[in-house]
Amino acid sequence: MNMKGDRKYIWIFLFPMAAFLTIFLYYPFFKSLYFSFFRTKGFFDKKFIGWDNYDRLVHDKLLGAATLHTLEIMVYVIIFQVGIALLLAVMVDNIPKLKGFYRSVFFFPVVISGTAISLLFVLFYNYNFGLLNSVLAGMGLEKVLWLSESNALRAIAVPTVWHYVGFYFVLFVTAMSKIPEDYYDAAKIEGISGFKKMVKLTVPLIMSDVKVVITLAITGTLKVFDFVWVISRAQNGTDVLGTYMYKKAMVDQNFGYGSTVAIYMVVLGVVIALLANRLLKTEEITY
Amino acid sequence: MQPAIRNGREIQHTKTKRHFNMGTTFMYIVLTLWALTTIYPLFWIVNNSFKVSRDVMNKSFSLALDPVFVNYTTAFERINIGRSYMNSLIMSCSTVLLVLLFGGLAAYVLARFTFKGKRFIYSLLYATLLVPAFATVVPVYELLIKTSLVNTYWGLILPQTAGNLTFATLVIAGYMTTIAKELEEAAFIDGCNRWQMFLKIFMPVSRPVFASASIFVFLWSYNDLFSALIFVNKEKVRPIVALLNEISSQYGTDFGLMATAVTLTVIPILLIYVFISKFIQKGLTEGAVKG
Repeated sequence: MNMKGDRKYIWIFLFPMAAFLTIFLYYPFFKSLYFSFFRTKGFFDKKFIGWDNYDRLVHDKLLGAATLHTLEIMVYVIIFQVGIALLLAVMVDNIPKLKGFYRSVFFFPVVISGTAISLLFVLFYNYNFGLLNSVLAGMGLEKVLWLSESNALRAIAVPTVWHYVGFYFVLFVTAMSKIPEDYYDAAKIEGISGFKKMVKLTVPLIMSDVKVVITLAITGTLKVFDFVWVISRAQNGTDVLGTYMYKKAMVDQNFGYGSTVAIYMVVLGVVIALLANRLLKTEEITY
Repeated sequence: MQPAIRNGREIQHTKTKRHFNMGTTFMYIVLTLWALTTIYPLFWIVNNSFKVSRDVMNKSFSLALDPVFVNYTTAFERINIGRSYMNSLIMSCSTVLLVLLFGGLAAYVLARFTFKGKRFIYSLLYATLLVPAFATVVPVYELLIKTSLVNTYWGLILPQTAGNLTFATLVIAGYMTTIAKELEEAAFIDGCNRWQMFLKIFMPVSRPVFASASIFVFLWSYNDLFSALIFVNKEKVRPIVALLNEISSQYGTDFGLMATAVTLTVIPILLIYVFISKFIQKGLTEGAVKG
């Protein structure tokens, strides 16, 4: 519908959003890009250095390690987070009772902050008095240094994965509830049930949702920060891109190089998301 | 031959039936085990918050039958967790209000007006989803310092509002496009202008999507450690997540206090969650999707 004076209202109503996004998103993004060509000392002393920051970026071994750590967590997230969510969703879809209960309980960790969960896991992983080592000691086994160089990253991946399983679980359950009953009736007549039904029928039918979830999981992993920062202080070979950027930009106050790392993160995110989209190309199914 | 076949069929029949039951039982076991991974840690932490640190360390599994409140008094008196609560509530609620108002207005325009450049605005909005906080934090920090907003409530409210606006706008616009045209026309005949139409028709009718968007914006704002560490990390404005981070680095050996801090952060959220969990999930599946 069109009304007289609409032009005015379009401007007025869009203006606050446009102002917020321009001041706090678009402008800072381009400013970051700009900063990435400078050597900085605080905000007031900066010198144009061309591509030097990017040159440093390419040769930065610590950044390479942080990238690998991020990718490792990404693999765990795709396999376990999405995998567990999918399995749980299939099961909840197939049980007659208590569906609502499981939905509420599984979703619950999503609403807790990553920081609180991290603190909880700090208490679990503590060498001398943590929950895990008390269990081991109780069974007469030797204590494990959970946050050692060789274990720390996986120890951090556990809460990261656990935190969001419920989120994707709910998305999957909803997608499955939209599958028409006659598909399942047909499967029953063909004698397809159980695991086979899941692989041949349920999962292919919700493939477009699986794709969305995987894309969300990938982009989400690139933003991991609080788990690493609180559980291991990003030490012992657990630096991920988020914590590395924070250390460079905020701890070392190296705004120029910190911005370069941030730009690299954006580019990497776009590339991985595009790649995932290409690999997971599926046809849209409508019922 | 005949009986044998019948016999065979019968066996097969009971077999599949039992198989089905076993399958269902198995599924309930697995589901319950996963449910325990979410319920037990929570119980463990709440239980331990009522013990002195020494008992948390040595007897973390035993029930706190004889609860002590020393950790709670420490939390409120020495590290002033109440203050951080207030800070969190003020900043997150303000963020939610601003996001709903400005996001709602923009969504209304995008959903109900026809004009040139709409597609362009949509693609600009989608583009913001590709820009994480990492890529804007340094310039925003500089801006907040220049305007002396750093370490004030606005120092977190404004960037978080911007960060959540796109999501809210897209979700609300998605809902508003489904509202019947007749409502709009009736309001027009009654002499409403666009602003009144938004206030009297579209806001009330879109209540469900405003509710679910506000829940998600609140949670993301309340739980956002990264921004809090950078923009508001002074004691008088520090929100609860930044305080938790502080506790873990300063009081990392005081297990009782840590358990209490986690409990105090989680319990209010949990209580609200119990009442509105259906609502949250409905909102999530109405298109409110973000990683």
